[in-house]
Parts: sequence; C-alpha cells; structure tokens
Amino acid sequence: MTSPARRTLSHLLRDLAPQVLGGVMRRCRDFADAEDAVQDALFAAATQWPIDGIPQNPRGWLYQTALRRLTDQARSNSARREREAVVARESPVATESEPMVADGIMFGGDDTLVLLFMCCHPSLSEPTAIALTLRAVGGLTTREIASAFLVPESTMAQRISRARQTIASSAVSFEMPSAAERAHRLTSVLRVLYLIFNEGYASSSGADVHRVELATEAIRLTRALHHLLPDDAEVAGLLALMRLTDARRDARVGPHGELIPLDEQDRTRWHSEAIAEGIALVSAALRLGRIGAYQLQAAIAAIHDEAATMAETDWPQILAFYEVLADIEDNPIVLLNRAVAIAMVRGPAAGLAAIDALGSDPRIQAHHRIDAVRGHLYAMTGDAQRAAIHLQQAAARTSSMPERNYLLAKAVRLLAARALTAS
Amino acid sequence: MKFMLMMHAPRASGEYQIGSWTPDEFKAHIAFMHDYNNALLTSGEFVAAEGLSPPGAARLVRGGATGETITDGPFAETKEFLAGYWIIDVESEQRAWDLAAKASMAPGPGGAPLRMAIEVRQIMSSPPPRG
Repeated sequence: MTSPARRTLSHLLRDLAPQVLGGVMRRCRDFADAEDAVQDALFAAATQWPIDGIPQNPRGWLYQTALRRLTDQARSNSARREREAVVARESPVATESEPMVADGIMFGGDDTLVLLFMCCHPSLSEPTAIALTLRAVGGLTTREIASAFLVPESTMAQRISRARQTIASSAVSFEMPSAAERAHRLTSVLRVLYLIFNEGYASSSGADVHRVELATEAIRLTRALHHLLPDDAEVAGLLALMRLTDARRDARVGPHGELIPLDEQDRTRWHSEAIAEGIALVSAALRLGRIGAYQLQAAIAAIHDEAATMAETDWPQILAFYEVLADIEDNPIVLLNRAVAIAMVRGPAAGLAAIDALGSDPRIQAHHRIDAVRGHLYAMTGDAQRAAIHLQQAAARTSSMPERNYLLAKAVRLLAARALTAS
Repeated sequence: MKFMLMMHAPRASGEYQIGSWTPDEFKAHIAFMHDYNNALLTSGEFVAAEGLSPPGAARLVRGGATGETITDGPFAETKEFLAGYWIIDVESEQRAWDLAAKASMAPGPGGAPLRMAIEVRQIMSSPPPRG
C-alpha cells in the first residue's frame, strides 16, 4: 500500500472510531472495556486491511471485531469481568454470517456527540479530557498522543486510565445530556477542542512527519461536531477560527523555527481555500444572531486574513469586534488586544493610555504580554529605549522559547537602529 | 506545563554525604524516592527523572581559544550540589511547587526529613503562541 493510501486508511479508521465505539457502548456499558476493544479492532484493521483490502462495510467489520474482542476478554478474565460476561451472554455476539444491522439503528451520528460530551466532562481535568478525547473520539493510539505532547507513553496511558476511572466513579453515563445541561456541557467540549488546536497550532512546522498533527486533528473533530450541530453558531465560530488561524501556518514560522509576526508575514503563503471556508463559516454563524466569543475571534481573524497588507487592515472594524468581545468575556488578553487595536486606530499614545487604564488587574500585571504590547507601542512612538526595556521584560517572563527569541531580537534591532541614527 | 525540579543536596566534608548513612537510612531514602516516582507515574505527571553520580569527580568543561577542551575541578569547596532532577508535566505552577515540597521531605539520617532545596523551573515550550 502506498503512503497516501495508508494516510487515507488511517483517516478512515479515525473517522469510524467514535461511531464504532458508540455502537459497542450500546452492548457494553463499561467505557474502559469498550474503548480497549475498539482500539484492538482499529489495530487489527490497520494491520489486515493493507493486505486483504478494505472490507465492503468497514464500520461493521470494526464493530464485530471489537465485540468479539470483548467476549474473548470476558471469557478469559471472568473474575474481574463477570459483568461483561453476563452482557455478552444476554446479547448474542454478532458473527461474520449475521446480517449487518442497518446504518442509523446501530450507529447513530449522535454517538460521536455523546462520546464528545463524555470525554470532555467538566469533572475531568483539562489534560485528561484532552487525552481521552483524542483517543476515544479521535481514534489515536496512546503512543501517538504521548508523542504529540512529548511525554512518555506510560505517563499518557496513566492519564487516560485515570480519566476512565473518573468517568466510572462519577457515574457519567453514555447518554445525551439533558437540554438544560447541554449548553454548559458544550462549552467544555469547545474548550477542549480549542486547547487541542492551540497545543498543535505552532508545532505544525516540525519536521517529524510521524508526529500526529494536533491542529489538523482538532479541525477534523470540530468539523465533525459542526456536521452534527450545524445550527450552533459557536461550533461554527470555533471551526472558522481554527481554519482562519491555521491558514497562516506556513507564513508564521521561519526556516529556523523563528516566529514571524503578523505584520511581517508573506501573505501570499496564506492558504486562500482555508480563509474562504473560514469567512463563509463565520459570516453564516454571525447571521444566526447568537454572538459568542469564538465567532468574534473568528471575525477578527477573518479581517486580518482578508487584508492583502498590514496597512490595508480594517482596524476600526477589528476594534469594534474587540469592544463586543471585552463585554462578553472577562479575559485579560482580550483587553490587551483591544489596546493594540486602539493604537492602530487612534495612535500608539491612545493605546498606551488604554493599557494604563486597565489599572491594577493582577491578571494583566502578571502577564508578560502587557510588556510585549507596551514595547511594540513605544516602538511605534519612536521611543526605542523604552520599547526595548519593555520587550526585554516581556522576554524574561514568557515561557515560550520562540516568543522569547522574537522579543529579544526585536529589542536588539530597535537599539541598533537607535545607535545608528545617533552616530 | 512542564517543570524541572532540581534537587540540591548539601555536601558533607568533601564527599557524598549519603555514603555515611546507615543501610536502613539509605534504604528508607531509596524507598521514598521509588514511591515518589511511582506516584508521579500513576498520576500521569511523570516525564523523566535521573539521579546524578556523586560530585567528587565532576568537572566543568569549556572550549578554549581554538576550541580545545579545558577542564576545571572537581570543586571540594561547594556547599551544595545537584543530586538529581525530575521533569514533570502538571496542570499548574502550584502543583509543581507542592510536588517539590514533597520531594524535599525525603528522609535522611535517623529518618528525619532532609528538607533539601528543590529548585523549580518552568521548561520553555517550543510552540510559539498564536499570532
């Protein structure tokens, strides 16, 4: 099997994974056992299909293989798995000759949604919810997830196993949340998908082709969610935000891994197809009239992406969106970004005044970005000395290596230019 | 967030202090570290951990004018030395501090906590932030 064919196969398997798991969970209510069985079935498919060819009904094949795996487990380990053995006896296991249950009965599209709600349950910590979602809904192996987060496989296995225990002990059931609960639970799902995207977004330039692309995976999962909930404006907003941000991926990192800021990016390297899709998504979402933070961030990203040059950016429009965003979301980064937009519309002095007006909010004062923004705004005023001081302070406090390098390089550049004009 | 916990052990008269402990004291210390590492594995926070060989033979190495190897040391006078380190992946800085405090309490002579200084440093992430 050629390499693209292998990629297609792995995408097919990952698309089917949550549907098969949903189907299996209707027979076996133990999430950990069901999940293990589905992983086994995925592994079997990944080894057999390249040789035997893809079966006519791949989903049914995976489902039956997983169920067989479950009964094998139950038989061989009857003490601990007595409960599953009972389930298996009560519901006869499908065999190769048994007719396939029609689609839509055994496999509901809702299963993927229910699984997402379950894996992103608020009782789970964010790192565990992320790991569980990537495995159970994303169909990734523990090894792939571990390598994406640069931790040992045994550590990731423990995280997943603890997540399953939390689910079992908090009696989170494989059911659609009630209508009253749903909005709140959907917020957790979107947050987890957003975090997966953020984690992966930047490392996407890495040379290791075998490393799972978290940003791509987040987009795939969010797209699946959007298909299931096409009328949810925030789901569409998040998908739009991811597409519009990811569109700049090739332009934002230089050949040596250095960070290239928006105003210095080669915009011809932005992906126009992703931008077009993102703009269409966010425009449609905004028309639904249920404004949310993801839609607003997507709208701002869209304005940046639409501008052929930094100078052509519609900053008054961006500022207007930040004003709304600051009203609905109590987030220090939003306030800092609004200050940048103010500077771009009314000049750097107004931007600096806006930052001063944020006052003593400890969340802002503690954040390295307040100094980064001050540094950029002082640079705009021509005060290289003060700009460099703030940039260096920001560099000392960021935890991101490429950002630190970028801030220091900018400070050095400003001071060198100043020395040149002075001499 | 990933952190490095660096265990700074006090140095006795020029050599490795732990060498003068009784076998039981030594065993209790090793058992503590073993359980500590296992707890990190079970909680899904373990990334790496290593103990370092005694400082008696440690050398500082620099490149010379033409890149030749220049070594210096060992340094008998130092009061503390790096005895080992952990790399952990935790949810918050507070959690890293709490884990460091726990490691600091490893038992020493007479089973009393050593209360070693554990330096906690965040590991810089490689991915640049969104922009």
